[in-house]
Amino acid sequence: MKFFRTTITAVTALTLGAAALPAKTYQLLNVSYDPTRELYVEFNKAFSEHFKKETGDTVRVQQSHGGAGKQARAVIDGLPADVVTLALAYDIDEIATRTKKFPANWQSRLPNGSSPYTSTIVFLVRSGNPKGIKDWDDLVKPGISVITPNPKTSGGARWNYLAAWAYARRKAGGSDEAGRDFVTRLFKNVPVLDSGARGSTITFAEREIGDVLLAWENEAFLALNELGEGEFEIVVPSLSILAQPPVTVVDANAKKKGNLEVAEAYLKYLYSPVGQRIAAKHYYRPIHPEHADPVDIARFPDLELVTIDEEFGGWQKAQKEHFADGGIFDQIYTP
Amino acid sequence: MTNASPTVPATGPIAPDAPPSWRAVRRRVLPGFGLTLGFTLAYLGLIILLPLAATVVKTLELSWSDFWSAVTAPRVLASYKLTFGASALAALFNVPCGLVLAWVLVRYDFPGRRLIDGLVDLPFALPTAVAGIALTGLFAKNGWFGSLLDPLGISVAYTPIGVWVALTFIGLPFVVRTVQPILEELEPELEEAAATLGATRLQTIRRVVVPALIPSVLTGFALAFARAIGEYGSVVFISGNMPMKTEITPLLIITKLEQYDYAGATALAVVMLIVSFVLLLLIQLVQRWFTAARQR
Repeated sequence: MKFFRTTITAVTALTLGAAALPAKTYQLLNVSYDPTRELYVEFNKAFSEHFKKETGDTVRVQQSHGGAGKQARAVIDGLPADVVTLALAYDIDEIATRTKKFPANWQSRLPNGSSPYTSTIVFLVRSGNPKGIKDWDDLVKPGISVITPNPKTSGGARWNYLAAWAYARRKAGGSDEAGRDFVTRLFKNVPVLDSGARGSTITFAEREIGDVLLAWENEAFLALNELGEGEFEIVVPSLSILAQPPVTVVDANAKKKGNLEVAEAYLKYLYSPVGQRIAAKHYYRPIHPEHADPVDIARFPDLELVTIDEEFGGWQKAQKEHFADGGIFDQIYTP
Repeated sequence: MTNASPTVPATGPIAPDAPPSWRAVRRRVLPGFGLTLGFTLAYLGLIILLPLAATVVKTLELSWSDFWSAVTAPRVLASYKLTFGASALAALFNVPCGLVLAWVLVRYDFPGRRLIDGLVDLPFALPTAVAGIALTGLFAKNGWFGSLLDPLGISVAYTPIGVWVALTFIGLPFVVRTVQPILEELEPELEEAAATLGATRLQTIRRVVVPALIPSVLTGFALAFARAIGEYGSVVFISGNMPMKTEITPLLIITKLEQYDYAGATALAVVMLIVSFVLLLLIQLVQRWFTAARQR
């Protein structure tokens, strides 16, 4: 009898104790770039449910989207982001060096250079491919009009430019001169340089300017489905660049808000089977395709992909050589 | 002690036409000169001068030669030409158009007058990006206007003409709204008097109406011009942003920011500030000169 009473007391105490510890609510701010909108809407919901089940605590994730450079500047200027999920490592490097809010070796903290998903650059052409565009060489032919945003203001456009350069250099047996000559001819065929990727998509789709749009693979798929069924098709070049949009926790911000563990769990969840499946659903190439729906994976065409580290020696070097003021891109337009 | 009581008018009538002096100020019916002037200075300092000072301070991070090469690069020079040129042309174009609009709104009563009066303010209220996208949609080759102009060999969107169109759109209300109140005070009786004294219609306009309006027209021009120089949102959509051809200076400032080149961005901003300030000062001087000439 005594045993019974003790047990009851213990159970009551435990129950009361648990009730006295109220479930916490975390507010997480994820600062991201433009085309991840739809991806993170679904992922945030999945993560909140997962976290609630695991810990009983609630997480509310707020999202902020915009051009990657602009977003990075906002974080540098004090936007209290717990995590950043941007288009290029270069922008996150800048946050690290300018604010010292997380270590400079941030990219080694998560698998695959902190990129849970990747993408690439493909061509979007009008239905029936009237100009017969098949590969990069077709883009520099006279009379072909190419739409890309300005590499000076758009992260996506930098990937476009570097993909073209890598193709030409490979073809010429590694000659940088061939790369420079090719991008010069390519940009001579560009009639409008919008400041961001969405602007270029509008110029191509709504204003009906240009024969081919250089686009993120995920943007190209979105355009196929949302900008008029049957109006466009995707052309996959023989070689393109592996775009690695990285993610990281902004340690100092997260620590200050008591969010460090949640923020880390949030990014790790991107690598989980659920996170990988959601990425593939939104046209990002998951790094663990075995977790994704095979139907989603089948949509991704096979092509040779080069990386920025192997071909260009990393973002810092590429940025300085090609896109800084007075760099190779500027020289294309210097008379 | 009489002056110390602010609510009681001091001896003698208040003379509004008397030349301003400390005495006249002290004799105002409503007190508070010190307070309001203090507030004005503090407010201007906080809202206008402090950010400008920060811009200059940031620019000082550059050495003189870095500053000079940043603000005189060929692409930057081309952008000044487009920015200041298109802004001046847009403001100039808005002067006659704005005058006619203001004249119609003040002098005639017709159905829909209030509606038109309201429409004039639309460019003020519309987010500039919306204006830019709408104008680009109209003037692109497949747009309503663009499809008519294209067969004639005229392209507007993605050319300097497009920049001018956007700047004209955003500048219109400035001319109308500065001329309108002056026109309202200009009594038609003056024109009637001129007519009865034997002036022809042209003479009446030239000698009576125009001189009265010139100061306000100049103000309207200056405001529209200044607004156009700083315009970014609507222009970037219609200009096409081609280096050396259709890049405006504010776009180059953003471009520098995208490269985290804060000092280079503020260097361009300082140049624009100085040029705008000098131009506005000149316009003000011309305006003074006209007013003085008229009173003589």
